[in-house]
Amino acid sequence: MRVNFTVNGRRHEADDVWEGESLLYVLRERMGLPGSKNACEQGECGSCTVRLDGVPVCSCLVAAGQVEGRDVVTVEGLADFAAHRSDAHPGTGCAPGACGTALDSARRWKAAPAGEETRDTGELSPIQQAFIDAGAVQCGFCTPGLLVAADELLERTPQPSDADIREALSGNLCRCTGYEKILDAVRLAAARAEETV
Amino acid sequence: MGVTGSPTNINQGTRTKGGIGESTLRPDGILKVTGEFAYSSDMWHEDMLWGHTLRSTVAHAEIASIDISEALATSGVYAVLTYDDLPTAMKNYGLEIQDTPVLAHGRVRHHGEPVALVAADHPETARRAAAKIRIDYRELPVVTDEASATAPGAPLIHEGRDDHHIGHVPHPNIVHRQPIVRGDAEAAKARADVVVTGDYYFGMQDQAFLGPESGLAVPAEDGGVDLYVATQWLHSDLRQIAPVLGLPEDKVRMTLSGVGGAFGGREDLSMQIHACLLALRTGKPVKIVYNRFESFFGHVHRHPARLHYEHGATRDGKLTHMKCRIVLDGGAYASASPAVVGNASSLAVGPYVIEDVDIEALALYTNNPPCGAMRGFGAVQACFAYEAQMDKLAAELGMDPVRFRQLNAMEQGTLLPTGQQVDSPAPVAELLRRVKAMPMPPERQWESAGEHPDVRALPGGLSNTTHGEGVVRGVGYAVGLKNVGFSEGFDDYSTARVRMEVIGGEPVATVHTAMAEVGQGGVTVHAQIARTELGVAQVTIHPADTKVGSAGSTSASRQTYVTGGAVKNSCEAVREQVLEMGRRKFGTYHPAWATAELLLEGGKVVTDGGEVLADVADVLEDEAVDIELEWRHRPTEAFDLRTGQGNGHVQYSFAAHRAVVEVDTELGLVKVIELACAQDVGKALNPLSVVGQIQGGTIQGMGIAVMEEIMVDPVTAKVRNPSFTDYLLPTILDTPTIPVDVLELADDHAPYGLRGIGEAPTLSSTPAVLAAIRNATGLELNRTPVRPEHLTGL
Repeated sequence: MRVNFTVNGRRHEADDVWEGESLLYVLRERMGLPGSKNACEQGECGSCTVRLDGVPVCSCLVAAGQVEGRDVVTVEGLADFAAHRSDAHPGTGCAPGACGTALDSARRWKAAPAGEETRDTGELSPIQQAFIDAGAVQCGFCTPGLLVAADELLERTPQPSDADIREALSGNLCRCTGYEKILDAVRLAAARAEETV
Repeated sequence: MGVTGSPTNINQGTRTKGGIGESTLRPDGILKVTGEFAYSSDMWHEDMLWGHTLRSTVAHAEIASIDISEALATSGVYAVLTYDDLPTAMKNYGLEIQDTPVLAHGRVRHHGEPVALVAADHPETARRAAAKIRIDYRELPVVTDEASATAPGAPLIHEGRDDHHIGHVPHPNIVHRQPIVRGDAEAAKARADVVVTGDYYFGMQDQAFLGPESGLAVPAEDGGVDLYVATQWLHSDLRQIAPVLGLPEDKVRMTLSGVGGAFGGREDLSMQIHACLLALRTGKPVKIVYNRFESFFGHVHRHPARLHYEHGATRDGKLTHMKCRIVLDGGAYASASPAVVGNASSLAVGPYVIEDVDIEALALYTNNPPCGAMRGFGAVQACFAYEAQMDKLAAELGMDPVRFRQLNAMEQGTLLPTGQQVDSPAPVAELLRRVKAMPMPPERQWESAGEHPDVRALPGGLSNTTHGEGVVRGVGYAVGLKNVGFSEGFDDYSTARVRMEVIGGEPVATVHTAMAEVGQGGVTVHAQIARTELGVAQVTIHPADTKVGSAGSTSASRQTYVTGGAVKNSCEAVREQVLEMGRRKFGTYHPAWATAELLLEGGKVVTDGGEVLADVADVLEDEAVDIELEWRHRPTEAFDLRTGQGNGHVQYSFAAHRAVVEVDTELGLVKVIELACAQDVGKALNPLSVVGQIQGGTIQGMGIAVMEEIMVDPVTAKVRNPSFTDYLLPTILDTPTIPVDVLELADDHAPYGLRGIGEAPTLSSTPAVLAAIRNATGLELNRTPVRPEHLTGL
């Protein structure tokens, strides 16, 4: 079958998709976007978390056909998504479940070109920069999913308590860090956001 | 003696920015947060096929026949391979004993053993074709424990063993056995006022690295193969892969692709040979990616263990003697079992002074899943038992458990049961003092938030199973002793190639090693070492491959020590050569070239007094200095096979934990509130990474204490829970805060005085949590993990 959807602000068309393929497989193997990770493919680890019409989901549990006409944000598009968040949501914060980006505004973005060696770290989203600065990245396999989930948390709850962070990230397994530095990273991103307000 | 303090103030200044001692950031960090870092499962090649492995559905059986015809006829399938398709007479591999078949021949010995391979144009096609392979199994009785493995008439897991351990084991179903006898434990027992014994069981833990086993094999025009794979030791893989493929090692070119964690689980081969076989057969690139279910069968696990311990102590709290027997279940193939036995026996006494000991450790061959390396490697099982014993003795004597441990703590100069003297700082009593002195988390934290209890802080969390009634708190302590590096006479070397040249007017260093970066941060540290030794701002880390000599394994807490040492060594040689070039070019201009101690700092040649003699760019001009050297730590020796005596280890690391838990005694639910750790790291080359490693290791130890266990059916030897649904890993909701106190007491024998750090925190966190749960409940609790039924008496 053919699936049409928007990924990181760019319209895509995937052909010859087998009905059993997951969104994760289509992103990784057909779109050339391997940033969403394949750690359990059972919805248990959160490594493949993407936003589907703004809602964080395990892309391994979404059948490719379900995304027809919908809008997906992956870790590859996170920096751009964060940079244009205010376009999508004038004002501050939004109610749980009400977040997400309308297709109209999504279409205005351009996906960042990949692979530059000399990327200015200013192009990272605040949560991406905070993960690096706090030492929250070790092997990094859980990182893309955690970033997508943490970014959505901060969009919803700009100043989360530790309990809020733990609850929001409880669907994302990390085997390397012991989570402490991931908590540090989310706290850091929240604190930096408060400073700039 | 080094600097002490918390991780925030160990960041001592160094002269070169970004050098050792600083919390520099990961060079691969940006790629990892943008999703652009290429892990082994992300590889892609034009015209690529997908490989799939068909695995045994039974634990022990003769294979009467295999029919691949229907699978082979499936549209989209390019190859189906069985044992008969292996190209050479070398059909087995293994880390130490070559007992593991590439594909089962004649017999399968454990549930999930690879039997056949399929290559197809879509992963689902490969899976469906594999399901059409018909195998006629004739099931055999299984052996699953010591009694069944050594019973008269027990089936032999490996008939006709010819490995070098066979002469020293009492039964062919025992892989290896190591006794350690020192003094006279039986005579010393007479001095004891109290004697305590205990029987303990340590469950089978999985490394559960998140990046699945995966890689891409690309056939080459010269008949060889290029393999891109996630592993812990490229050269060890190469040594095992090439003979099976019938290729010389230079025709199997290996490049490390992104590794999503390892923890010992990538020391053994998984899909490496399979992908190469399929690629060579089809002439096309073949990618294999295990799903999580297959990953549980695709790597070895931590040895489950049964441990019997006896300790005695005098009324005034001095240990008199120790006797123990440790039986490790190695499963169907040897993997690293012999070395795990060596560690379990030689570290069985823990960080305590006991002169009279009688120790025996052995590993079994059974039809259970194969077990091998995992973080802590034989030392964690022993630590769980001896720390429980310490608490038992302290209770018998009416002493504080920390005080009792401190009274018996080893220190620099102590003799281990192997007769080896500990010749570097061993701050066991100090680490216990520090961890005990850390502030305690507030009592009944769930009440502090407001009038209503915050159920998120309670055992059971949002399940809302309690509002605090029936919840009791407990505190427990533990400390552990781990060796660093490969022991028992292993030639544990590493290689580093360092190049220095001028690019764009600036001196640049390139570090090339075969070290597997598995997340531990070795690449960060190598750049820091090069900046420190060569005084350059820009350091490039070359991708790890087999074009440079072996770096040894990323395991045993050894990489920063050994490959870090090799990088330092090669940098020093490069520096000497640069200085020599400088002397030849500019020596006549300034007497200091001949008389002063010279350094490279900030791209310049400077005297130790800080006087600048030349720009490195002017010394090098368009020449490059390029040096590859091997580096070895001090040699070790094998343990005597009867007495266990020998200088077997090169370095030790120590960590102490204090666990605070709250237990809902009605439902048997445990919440670990805090796991405080104090660890000596010798020298923190990167304090941020050091703390990250300690926290990660701590949580892996907590996992085995309260939730992680691979369940193997005792009757069929089949794995019951090979998924993240059923094998429980700690989530961020399960983990406590982890304050860390880092001590830096230099080991004068190690580069920069550093001490391997990765494993020690995994040892002591498990028994600390168990001790805290015992303290809270008053129950004996002699197995890991502790489940609700153990706490409620069901």
